[in-house]
Amino acid sequence: MSFDKLLVLFMGIAGIIFTYWFFLMKKEKEVVVENEVDVVVEGGYSPEMISIPKGKLTKINFIRKDPGSCLEEVVLGDFRIRQYLPLNEKVTVEITPQNTGEYTYSCGMNMFHGKIIVK
Amino acid sequence: MNREKDLQIKVVISLVLGGLILWGSFPGLMVTSPTILQNFWVQLLLATPVQFWAGWEFYQATLPALRHRTANMDTLVAIGTSVAFSYSAFVTIFPQVMENIGIKPEPYFDVSTIIIGLILLGRYFEAKAKAGTSEAIKKLIGLQAKTARVLVDGQEKDIPIDQVVVGNVIRVRPGEKIPVDGVIVEGESSIDESMITGESMPVDKAKGDIVVGATINKSGTFTYKATKVGSDTMLAQIIKLVQEAQGSKAPIQRIADLISSYFVPIVIMLAIVTFVGWYVFGPSTSSGQVPLLFAMLNAIAVLIIACPCAMGLATPTAIMVGTGIGAEHGILIKDAESLETAHKINTVIFDKTGTLTKGKPVVTDIKTTGNRMYNSDMLILSRAVALEKSSEHSLAEAILEYGRNLGIEGETIPKVKYFKAIPGFGIEGVVNNQKVFLGNRKLMDRENVIYEKNLTDIEKFENDGKTVMMLAANRKLAGLIAVADTLKDTAREGVQSLQKMGIEVVMITGDNKRTADAIADQVGIKRVLAEVLPDQKEAEVKKIQAEGKKVAMVGDGINDAPALAAADIGIAMGTGTDVAIEAADITLINKDLKSVAHAVELSQKTMRTIKLNLFWAFGYNIILIPVAMGILYSFFHLLLNPIFASVAMATSSISVVTNSLLLKRVKI
Repeated sequence: MSFDKLLVLFMGIAGIIFTYWFFLMKKEKEVVVENEVDVVVEGGYSPEMISIPKGKLTKINFIRKDPGSCLEEVVLGDFRIRQYLPLNEKVTVEITPQNTGEYTYSCGMNMFHGKIIVK
Repeated sequence: MNREKDLQIKVVISLVLGGLILWGSFPGLMVTSPTILQNFWVQLLLATPVQFWAGWEFYQATLPALRHRTANMDTLVAIGTSVAFSYSAFVTIFPQVMENIGIKPEPYFDVSTIIIGLILLGRYFEAKAKAGTSEAIKKLIGLQAKTARVLVDGQEKDIPIDQVVVGNVIRVRPGEKIPVDGVIVEGESSIDESMITGESMPVDKAKGDIVVGATINKSGTFTYKATKVGSDTMLAQIIKLVQEAQGSKAPIQRIADLISSYFVPIVIMLAIVTFVGWYVFGPSTSSGQVPLLFAMLNAIAVLIIACPCAMGLATPTAIMVGTGIGAEHGILIKDAESLETAHKINTVIFDKTGTLTKGKPVVTDIKTTGNRMYNSDMLILSRAVALEKSSEHSLAEAILEYGRNLGIEGETIPKVKYFKAIPGFGIEGVVNNQKVFLGNRKLMDRENVIYEKNLTDIEKFENDGKTVMMLAANRKLAGLIAVADTLKDTAREGVQSLQKMGIEVVMITGDNKRTADAIADQVGIKRVLAEVLPDQKEAEVKKIQAEGKKVAMVGDGINDAPALAAADIGIAMGTGTDVAIEAADITLINKDLKSVAHAVELSQKTMRTIKLNLFWAFGYNIILIPVAMGILYSFFHLLLNPIFASVAMATSSISVVTNSLLLKRVKI
């Protein structure tokens, strides 16, 4: 096998390992929320993982800064909420979870995900 | 500029510029083009605005996403078109370098520009189609009246709807929209409630009747008192319920959720595998192309053809359309899970009173039983009225009404002491120092009252579908009162519609077997659960579930709440504003019993659409990604041009959304 092919092979393997590590092995930091939290919507959700108390009203303020249509809706399916997020506006979603557990939410096209941990 | 207009401009410019580049570069076609279009520098000039102006939104979405270590469809398009553009730009600027390494310097600006143009075109149509999926909510919100004509000190005054408060007296003229919910205090009219209940026939209303906001007054003029305003109105509750249902997630979506969270990184890895595979093991061609070109074009095709959006849109768009259609026809579905479960229903249990029947029983017969103390119908009736005056049972009103018509009311009603209701049996009390019981056979058996001598009369009434109430005084039978509740006009048709769908229909009632059988026979129900006490209904539902059946329980939503909750699907039949929306998985706002079959049918059709969407979305990616990788090359020497990949990709999401919109053609 020629040098260039070996190089491409090596770079390809490295690329696959990098892609796997970069996208699938990330660890999100959990942000503890007491009453209210601002979640910035830009290429995903920041903070991506929040923990909130069970049985208590929590306000999640989504602020969409990303103009992409993918993120223009947020869907909290477990809480039966589908909310349009106007660009650069604060939209508050109120939830009072009755059960502990992990609940994911996503954009309208289910591409970007966030997580709510109820403790 | 709005999003649609912006997309329109970008699509037109991208496709025009891309078309010019294609004309100047596509083998066979380029000979017909002006020489200037064949110039690589001109092609670079035409491709640059498409890449960095029209295609800027792909970068704009990709860069912040990468900061989150996440990726979506925009990432794939950004990488794919950037590779094609960068390679082409390098070939244009440094042709000598390419020639030195044995590669013919041919740019692929047509690939980068046309891909961007077609994907934006797909996005434009997708946005238009997606708007159609949420049409029902917009229609419901649009039903809201803007103003109300309120009477203040005898003067009419138009005020904005949000200023109307409970207690306001409002005048409504012919052809006007009723602003909020309330009760008519004067006048009468015919009202079109189709926008709320789905029932096309106008309903006659008069003083004391409830009117619902957003319905249309057809003929008369009336005034009414507002009882519910703002978020308490029926319309506001319906909108809230539909919005919640559309925000909920169907269990079937879980698989799509799981796959989509890994999808884009896997596609990027497959693109790398494709590039390496073609570069290292791919063939050279006689036209001077080397594996690098195969590798690059096939890797781009993989990135472009992958369509995660179709998977993301497959379930929610169908749920949105399905729940929306339901709402337009007076069928309110609580959430996506209820909609999914309803399609599996194979047994429907109807509660008799108030569901199959109108729930307004009338006294048809009073019969003496040979008791010398009670030798007249009036005497029997007056004792019954005395007891029922304190009762809340559905049959009480029938007896009180009958008594009123014969002058037994107010002071003429004997006094009752020690009144007691015995659920499932009847009532008891002391009238004129006599212990009096009014109830069914079970009550008589319990109190050792002998009624066998009157069995012929009792059975005759029961065979006619009438409920027989026995009056006993001092533990001796005093009289019989037969009460009949008329069937709803749509009862038989509603039952038959379900039976035609292969669904077993069961009737549950507290009535004795003979009366229950007679009623069931009139509507064509073969399985009857009679003499079931209110608190036993839940257990009966569970028994049928234990037979392996998927059960829907249809009741009024208030008295049947435990049975509705125990069933796989609880269906509450509302009768106006007192509809108990929260108690049920599905609420039927209208009184049409065919709506039960319509609800199941809607669920079946929505699920069929979801399954087709998921099959298409998964199948598309599973089949076409390997094709883009070049799997057909070894068999047929076929490769997928990245431009065709972008056509396939753009049409895949549109086809999923369009398929969901086809649900609107369902006739219910």
